[in-house]
Amino acid sequence: MKYILMMTGKKSDFEAYASWSKDDLQANVAFMRAFSKELKDSCVFVSTEGLGWPSEAKLVRAGKNGEPITDGVFPEWKEFLAGYWIIDVESPQQAYQIAGRVSQAPGPGGKPANTPIEVRPVLSGHADLGL
Amino acid sequence: MDMADCQHDARIEHLLRELAPQVLGAVARRFRDFSSAEDAVQEAMIAAFTQWPQQGVPDNPRGWLIQVACRRMADHVRGEIARRERETAVAAEAEALLPTLEIEADMDPNDTLVLLFMCCHPALTPSSAIALTLRAVGGLTTAEIANAFLVPEATMAQRISRAKQTIKASGVPFRLPSPPQRSELLPQVLHVLYLIFSEGYASSIGSHLQRLDLAREAIRLTRNIKTLLPDNPEIAGLLALMLLTDARRAARTSPHEELIPLDKQDRTLWDRAEVSEGIELLTAALSKGSVGLYQHQAAIAAVHDEAEKVEDTDWPQIMALYELLRRVSPNPMVTLNHAIAAAMVHGPAKGLDLLRALDSDPRIAGHYHLDAVRAHLFERIGDREAAVNHYRIAATRTTSIPERNYLMTQAARLAGN
Repeated sequence: MKYILMMTGKKSDFEAYASWSKDDLQANVAFMRAFSKELKDSCVFVSTEGLGWPSEAKLVRAGKNGEPITDGVFPEWKEFLAGYWIIDVESPQQAYQIAGRVSQAPGPGGKPANTPIEVRPVLSGHADLGL
Repeated sequence: MDMADCQHDARIEHLLRELAPQVLGAVARRFRDFSSAEDAVQEAMIAAFTQWPQQGVPDNPRGWLIQVACRRMADHVRGEIARRERETAVAAEAEALLPTLEIEADMDPNDTLVLLFMCCHPALTPSSAIALTLRAVGGLTTAEIANAFLVPEATMAQRISRAKQTIKASGVPFRLPSPPQRSELLPQVLHVLYLIFSEGYASSIGSHLQRLDLAREAIRLTRNIKTLLPDNPEIAGLLALMLLTDARRAARTSPHEELIPLDKQDRTLWDRAEVSEGIELLTAALSKGSVGLYQHQAAIAAVHDEAEKVEDTDWPQIMALYELLRRVSPNPMVTLNHAIAAAMVHGPAKGLDLLRALDSDPRIAGHYHLDAVRAHLFERIGDREAAVNHYRIAATRTTSIPERNYLMTQAARLAGN
């Protein structure tokens, strides 16, 4: 079964992250790299992506004639997706375990940041209804 | 590529899959190294798949594959020896240690069984056992298996290599387990085959149809094991269950890829040949005495398949079979299905009553199946509001897109919007 682990943050969290010290940043990057390797070594890795900064985010809606209308104004409280991992595991507990691990990525001062990670099942095309 | 080429390739692919476990058996027995032999055979298979379509299938395809795989093994062994004793002059001796490359290796029909017992080793997780079985016994490539399970090839390769390490570490020898060991290990083997089948069957709908048909692959492997252990009624039961289920495949989805439940299916679309074969197998198996889990499930599937119209379904018999199954192998899914059958015999109130026992069972409480069945029974009893509510809860809990669409459509239909 596949799960997505989503790391999100408010705009202010991203801004704070941008001003972390060099040591803190390096520790964080090293942790993330090791985490990706762990996923691959434990045969659960499906995919991962990191996303651009919230300041680059645009809100797009179709206008009257279907033409795209872009808008970049987001309320301050909005949570932005920073990045995600998709994993293929044997149980939801295993997914929570892995999410708990990445939640410990070091923050300022090298201490575990305990970032909240949203875990949700990835839907499949499977169907056994009526079997 | 024209049609004839495609058919030619399909024939080669079929031949390679049939030969894969025989070749691996011969090589693994000779070198006493399952893990490396498995890699070598995979390379030989890939070589055959690229060369045979152009150069033609060799006169002795099995011998060809064994020879190529043995050459790879020889390279591997030479490399290992050279690595270990780089300075000494034992390289010449190493040659002598290599088994001679006889093309006509003795063929042991039990090799496939030996491999199957190995790949379904109890130390492996289900997903590792499935992957290894498909590669070593099914003769599939890592890429094909990865594609079927929608994971990257590197992840699948890692899973297979880990599984082989686990087997190596467990020290299990390359030989057929003794009869008592066999009976102990067989349930695990059958479970893995069953999982491969259900993975294939559940994902074989509309655009989600996999290029590789895992359900057919599971049927093929189960057929093979049945010819090797013809007297085991549970193997026959499992094969019957697969055929009796697979028979309904074409009727299971609409042209718009919507799910069609059993009671709404066009039964003329059911594969009659598969139904007859399943029933024949089951009848023979049941006459042998001990009736296990798969024979039970097959018997229930057979009762459904024998009804030409949904109204003809012999629900009292299905209910009785589930009652028996509850005693032999109690689990919440059996209780759930028993409640469905009881509702068909004694009315929906009886079914709802029986479902109550499942609310306190952590294995199924909160599972969408329970809500979907409740919704259906509430609808039949005429409690529209409760039915809509449970269809919607079930829709939020399923992890399948076609099922979610189905359940939401049911709620919308009842809610009148």
